[in-house]
Amino acid sequence: MYKLILAFRYLYRRRISYLALAAVALCVFIVVVVMTVMDGLVGDFKEKNHNFTGDCVVGTESLVGFTYYEDFARIAEKANYVEAVTPVIKSYALVGLEGSGRNIGVELMGVEAASYSRVTGFGRTLYYHKGDASKAFNIKSDANLPGFVIGADLWSMRDEKGEYYHAPNPDATALSATCFPLTAKGALAKAGTDVVNTKTFYFSDCSQSGLARVDGSIIYLPFTEAQALCGMTEPVARASWIHIKFKQGTNIEEGCRRVRQMWEKFYDEHKGKDNAELLSQVSVRSWKEHRRESIAGMEKEQAMLMMMFGLVGLTTVFIVYVVFYMIISHKTKDIGILKSIGASCGDVIVLFLGFAAGLGIAGSAVGVAGGILFLRNINRIEGWLFERFGFQLWDRTIYAIGEIPHRLDLTMLAVVTGCAILACLAGAALPSVSAARARPADVLQVSQL
Amino acid sequence: MSKDGFIIEAQGIHKTYRMGAAQVQVLKGADIAVKRGEFVAIVGASGSGKSTLLHILGALDRPDKGVVRFEGRDLSEMSGGELNEYRNKMIGFVFQFYHLLDELNVLENVILPAMVPAGIIGWLSKRAGVKKRGLELLKAVGLEERATHKPYQLSGGERQRAAIARALVNEPRLLLADEPTGNLDSATGNGILELLERLNRAGQTIVMVTHDERVAKRAGRTITLADGKVK
Repeated sequence: MYKLILAFRYLYRRRISYLALAAVALCVFIVVVVMTVMDGLVGDFKEKNHNFTGDCVVGTESLVGFTYYEDFARIAEKANYVEAVTPVIKSYALVGLEGSGRNIGVELMGVEAASYSRVTGFGRTLYYHKGDASKAFNIKSDANLPGFVIGADLWSMRDEKGEYYHAPNPDATALSATCFPLTAKGALAKAGTDVVNTKTFYFSDCSQSGLARVDGSIIYLPFTEAQALCGMTEPVARASWIHIKFKQGTNIEEGCRRVRQMWEKFYDEHKGKDNAELLSQVSVRSWKEHRRESIAGMEKEQAMLMMMFGLVGLTTVFIVYVVFYMIISHKTKDIGILKSIGASCGDVIVLFLGFAAGLGIAGSAVGVAGGILFLRNINRIEGWLFERFGFQLWDRTIYAIGEIPHRLDLTMLAVVTGCAILACLAGAALPSVSAARARPADVLQVSQL
Repeated sequence: MSKDGFIIEAQGIHKTYRMGAAQVQVLKGADIAVKRGEFVAIVGASGSGKSTLLHILGALDRPDKGVVRFEGRDLSEMSGGELNEYRNKMIGFVFQFYHLLDELNVLENVILPAMVPAGIIGWLSKRAGVKKRGLELLKAVGLEERATHKPYQLSGGERQRAAIARALVNEPRLLLADEPTGNLDSATGNGILELLERLNRAGQTIVMVTHDERVAKRAGRTITLADGKVK
């Protein structure tokens, strides 16, 4: 009982304890805030990447594409774990506003708007056709004109709040798209001066996926138009990818494994058919593998951050060690007194470890409370800083970030609190043991000097 | 109790301290024996080993050589737990510099030895009784009004009286006092000695270390330490 009382009194009556408490609280605060923001950013980024693709992607990075995609799509659609399937054309094009005489290179995606938005989050990224993605390429003034959907960053500028200017209605601006059609062997499909396919499309919508690289480089065309533009219609129709969405509750890795088996069977059955050699280049990947290039950088940053937090943890242990070393140096008399009245080495260790645990609990409580308070107001604080001093954590005209993420993860809070308490115990362990081993006669004589 | 009636006896006690490169032999075969109910003063010049001998009797230190027996039992044969119990229950220690814990008030300091062996539940069951005894002891040493004060709010004499009350809370069989008046003015010191005399008259065995012959004269028997041995 006296250990509890003394540990508590040491905690709130010693000024140096407040320093240790502040150090623990500050470390916990930093970890909670940075991990919440970083986890939020990474989670948001992954979600946006997932929204951009299906759960599973069957296809090839080759611009030639692969054949018999319709047959495989039909088979895949029948699987009981598959929700929807859609083919996609992926290529590159030169685009320019009609009459401007200027072109830029873009990524071209040929999609069937309705099925593509069932498989991916495409429908939610549209501005004018959010409610009905099947009409994404429709031009109101003339249903016969082919529409195009363009990445928001290619079409307009973001303001300082990260918002785009949109006209009340899509204005059917004409844009010419030029592609090099390729044969199934990968050679140019046309020769002479007319080596490219060019067609005019009309602005029907813009897409804001929240992925700066996507929104700043992609133009969506109707699937059949893109297929024709890229020369992928003959002799056997080709597509770049088939995106598959699994039914709810299906484990993505397990689903991909089953699709892979399905593909292997399909591949064996189609060997020897016309242009079937293209099937050998096809891979079956999960959305994470498909978007690996985009996600990897962020995950590396997160891993780096975890390593830095490890160092923060070590710093906390060291601070607590120093503080406890100082406290125990000042408390040698108490240790001598306690041992002279019968306290054991274990009692002394428990006393100081109890003190350390109290410090860890109080410090992490203050740190977590401060972190929660700060995170709840982080966007307000950033807004105030921007209004007052023009400071933004991320320049919204450049980065596709809306609010700073601040959703708290209770598991993370529990882990951080537990680690802080463990760090305090680790920091206090050595000084506590050396204090416990001191002989009472020695420490009492020293404290008399 | 030993068959000779000694509550504590020490034979051939040697103790050497290392001070830097040099070794200082403080005790060179000191012998002492104290009977129950005695009030013994150990006197000697500064550095003669009085306090070291007292620490060895109280199991706060171990001799390099020699035997200490408490009621016939060799301290060197006691386990760590038994030595803790010995320090807690058999011995009451009074230090020259009082050695009260600043974080606790006077009453808490006094009852601290009773709290040490008790777990939380054990303590809750005996708390009321121990508090009552603590208050009685404070009354006996004239500090009943100071129970809730902190040690730094007391004078030197009051602190020493609180330390004596603490030493008595577990009703020890032997009270060891190391220069109990050494840090006090003569009037206050006299009050402390009167208190010790009163305790001795009530049956308390006391071994007191002092360098002051006048203080030593208040004890029933004086043992002089010189050159590491009892004269």
